[in-house]
Amino acid sequence: MKDTARAVVTVIGKDTVGILAKVSGACAASNANVIEVTQSVLEEFFCMIMIIDIKEANKQLDELQAAIQAEVPEMQVHVMHENIFNSMHRI
Amino acid sequence: MLNMSDIMETITMIQEENLDIRTITMGISLIDCADSDIDKSCEKVYNKITTRAKDLVATGEFLEKKYGIPIVNKRISVTPISMLVGVSGGDPVKYAKVLDKAAHEVGVNFIGGFSALVQKGFSAGDRELIEAIPRALAETELVCSSVNVGSTKAGINMDAVKLMGEKVRLAAELTADKQCIGAAKLVVFCNAVEDNPFMAGAFHGVSEADTVLSVGVSGPGVVRSVLSKMPAEASMTEIAEVIKKTAFKITRVGQLIGTEAANMLGVQFGIIDLSLAPTPAIGDSVAHILEEVGLEQCGAHGTTAALAMLNDAVKKGGVMASSSVGGLSGAFIPVSEDAGMIAAARDGVLSIEKLEAMTAVCSVGLDMIVIPGDTPSEVIAAIIADEAAIGMVNSKTTAVRAIPAIGLAEGEELNFGGLLGYGPVMPVRTKSPAKMINRGGRIPAPLQSLKN
Repeated sequence: MKDTARAVVTVIGKDTVGILAKVSGACAASNANVIEVTQSVLEEFFCMIMIIDIKEANKQLDELQAAIQAEVPEMQVHVMHENIFNSMHRI
Repeated sequence: MLNMSDIMETITMIQEENLDIRTITMGISLIDCADSDIDKSCEKVYNKITTRAKDLVATGEFLEKKYGIPIVNKRISVTPISMLVGVSGGDPVKYAKVLDKAAHEVGVNFIGGFSALVQKGFSAGDRELIEAIPRALAETELVCSSVNVGSTKAGINMDAVKLMGEKVRLAAELTADKQCIGAAKLVVFCNAVEDNPFMAGAFHGVSEADTVLSVGVSGPGVVRSVLSKMPAEASMTEIAEVIKKTAFKITRVGQLIGTEAANMLGVQFGIIDLSLAPTPAIGDSVAHILEEVGLEQCGAHGTTAALAMLNDAVKKGGVMASSSVGGLSGAFIPVSEDAGMIAAARDGVLSIEKLEAMTAVCSVGLDMIVIPGDTPSEVIAAIIADEAAIGMVNSKTTAVRAIPAIGLAEGEELNFGGLLGYGPVMPVRTKSPAKMINRGGRIPAPLQSLKN
């Protein structure tokens, strides 16, 4: 598999003001470029998936996850390399 | 492009359904460490292991962070030590101690390969190694041992079976103050595979490359969760289909981690072992999958059929997902490591006889079974012989990892802690098989035609 330099950020939890701003702020501070954002709010439930370019990022993925989590402590945050999703769902 | 539901499915599998990589296991050949001086031989063994595996744990931890998936164990398997003992002579426990020291040095959870392959007979080093097993397991912490006593091509070495009955008992006796843990690190095989990454039975076969990296995936929780969403009207055909699809996804993750770890370590990628390996954690049980299929409790009539379907579907799904499948590859049924099996054994629904039938259709055998502390060694040997016969006749791997709970009787429980879990003492038949066991010799290899 081609080793791309992209990661998937997911943020799930109760909807509040400024989640996207805080998460993308943390990405910017880590020098990770946001490529795509998909977001939905069902009743109070917020779910966002963000694809980021980590070629120039100044942090490892677990550190980036911790940085984002610190910005939105109430939410469930995961940062994982894109390849795990590609392997599982693409032949 | 990735879509939202695919991404959420993966995250749910890892976060809520206990999907993990059970082990990355580095197989290291020690053939080039053999020396006629045992101390020199031990020094070479130590140097080779600590050089080849020095980055194994760090690589595993790096990949855990990169992909957000736990890699529970990092392990090493080595060439059967009996071969080195054959060259060097001396006390085999020295090798066990050096393996233990090397394993601690590189930070792995277990090191396997204190082993001998004696299905057809004993060669130099084999008997000495087997005699030393109980002491080696009592005096080390991380060393695992296995002995292959039978195969479809060679038959069953009944002298070895008798010997192993005694050694299993002695291994438990020597570690009676530590929950008889010695016996939990000792597996007796028939048709042992050379590329198994799972402990306690892992060793690095002589036909393997010098250093390889193999992966064992896991995911009973994922399979169970998928089945729980199937309606009661779903046919067994549909159940098998959905298990196949799930096994495919689980295996793909293993393939990704395995190839990447092998690349990072600069070694050849070995195999993925497709086994569904349970843990005592809630929601990580193979028994619960069988119950989800539609049995009131694991051990009920129908368990063998459900397990056969599960085992086959997991293989079919996994085979296409990986470039190289091997090892034991099937559903594991270790009693003390599976919450559903523990419950069924406690309730008396799951008996050793039923487990024996189950081992005819799945990997691997009578695994992590706690038996009464006063079980004579001939009875243990006879349990081994029965299980080996199932493997020999059906051309499959079978094994026995039974733990005589010294000082405990039926109804009491033995708790190992951690991944090895806990389990009730299960009753065994008390009529004596001693006369047959004491005959020794060999059960001839079975005919490969007229299969009925």
